[in-house]
Amino acid sequence: KSLLRHACKPVMEEASCRTEVVLLACGSFNPITNMHLRMFELARDYLHETGKYTVIKGIISPVGDGYKKKGLIEAEYRLAMVKMATESSDWVTLSSWESQQEEWVETAKVLRYHYENLENLSNNEKKNATHRKKAKKRKIEEKNETSLVAKDAPKLMLLCGADVVESFSIPNLWKKEDIEEIVGRFGVVCISRLGSSVEKCIYESDIIWKFRTNVHLVTEWITNDISATKVRRALRRGQSVKYVIPDSVTEYIQKHSLYDPCSEDKNANVILAPFQRYAK
Amino acid sequence: MINRVPVALLSCGSFNPITNMHMRMFELARDHLHQTGLYNVIKGIISPVNDRYGKEGLVAAKHRVAMIQRALETSDWITLEPWESQQEQWVETVMVLRHHYNALFHQCQAMSGTSLESTKTLKQKYNVDSPNAQSVLQAMLQEMTEEASSTLRAQSHDSSTHVASAKTYTLVGPDSQLDRVTGIEEHITATVVEVVPRLKLLCGADVLKTFDIPNLWKHEHIEEIVQKFGLVCISRGDVDLQKFIDESNILFKHRRNIHVVREWVVNDISATHIRRALRKGHSVKYLLPESVIDYIQQHNMYTA
Repeated sequence: KSLLRHACKPVMEEASCRTEVVLLACGSFNPITNMHLRMFELARDYLHETGKYTVIKGIISPVGDGYKKKGLIEAEYRLAMVKMATESSDWVTLSSWESQQEEWVETAKVLRYHYENLENLSNNEKKNATHRKKAKKRKIEEKNETSLVAKDAPKLMLLCGADVVESFSIPNLWKKEDIEEIVGRFGVVCISRLGSSVEKCIYESDIIWKFRTNVHLVTEWITNDISATKVRRALRRGQSVKYVIPDSVTEYIQKHSLYDPCSEDKNANVILAPFQRYAK
Repeated sequence: MINRVPVALLSCGSFNPITNMHMRMFELARDHLHQTGLYNVIKGIISPVNDRYGKEGLVAAKHRVAMIQRALETSDWITLEPWESQQEQWVETVMVLRHHYNALFHQCQAMSGTSLESTKTLKQKYNVDSPNAQSVLQAMLQEMTEEASSTLRAQSHDSSTHVASAKTYTLVGPDSQLDRVTGIEEHITATVVEVVPRLKLLCGADVLKTFDIPNLWKHEHIEEIVQKFGLVCISRGDVDLQKFIDESNILFKHRRNIHVVREWVVNDISATHIRRALRKGHSVKYLLPESVIDYIQQHNMYTA
């Protein structure tokens, strides 16, 4: 591959000084669109350019059916579409854990789960590295010594759009402790387009303001406002979604006849899971 | 799909490089025209501008053409026409329109010529005096259309069979007077002109607004474009686009020939933005077709 693709990737010598980051995106992905995929690219470029981070992985975690959002089709289909959409990516992958749980899982819990995974991985690597070091004879000037030195678990950050950060202020949608954990312990990379009011949101919330250095705002200069709601509407109306969502996803949707007026009515009279859980 | 006016859409521009937004314009325009119930969009044409247009940062036509070819690999109705880029000098938009309209016209003519000859042979093959005249007729017309399609494919380098399909619609519609087999020859000739698709210029609102810029367009050209051809203009819901049309005498006069299409996906993937992102080493994945990104990287294009 030519240099251009990795123009933003830090060179080897610098890499060890940077904090490794894994980005986690939660959401309905109903269906996944090019905009969702773009968010990862934008976040990675941004973090690399700060000089402090190197993004090593992206995770897409579609919400479970138990979220009861209106128009949310079965997880099995949404997972399949994400899988297809990420086929052409060498760093963004699908996680089905959240959607496989019996009930709706709070975002903070999903972050905790994935962080534990990353910690376990890193602990295993540390064990292996120790064994290797003992087994190997010490060589002077080992070129890749950094690979023998096991790293700490990477930083796990929530990747989302301005709408999610703005929703932190909606009563009974988020637990205060969860918001604190998300921005305080993990961190947020928030993609917003020009003219969004997300900075105002941060200013007006004491919790977020406290951890504002952990909230990275990335401006999407090339506006690409592809909401899944609009995509579903277009599909219902027989309008083209080519170049808006991956072709393979469109084919899948057509093959399984997903997204008609009937599917949009799913959960029409059902209360959203967080409201059910918190508004008691 | 009966008796809809067949339409072909022509998009001119730098395509420096081609982006998903360029492709989206075609899809939006086609959906819009189909949903009026009046049109059947059978073909899309991309015509990249000549190198001699002299725009700053315009990469060589051979590259722009190659990228468009890759971008169109997954489209079954949009084609590339490099004619404009191959001319000795820059070609005015109206001349590009004229050229492509003539090409479409000749394709249709050639097809009908073939059909006229075929009728004689086919009349001998099918028993046209049989009581099942209608179904015999259908079979005959089917064979004629298939033959015409393959002739068209052989003749045209962009292998479009859609013109042939449009012809089928006109000939095999229930309200065509086809019970008299002897009338077929006349019918075919008469329908050639009907069947040539209307060629319309597909563009963004920004292009339409340049009609105002002094010395950029010849007045007669603007008139010919909107009167003889027609415009399909993709807008982001600019309130002032409608105002712009209303306030221009020439545009207002031919407003029925100007279709304003609302872009429901707010999509600002302009080639200028793409080039800027590439200069900065930023990712443009999911904004252009993957094959075009590969091409740009292979040839080290649009670097700082």
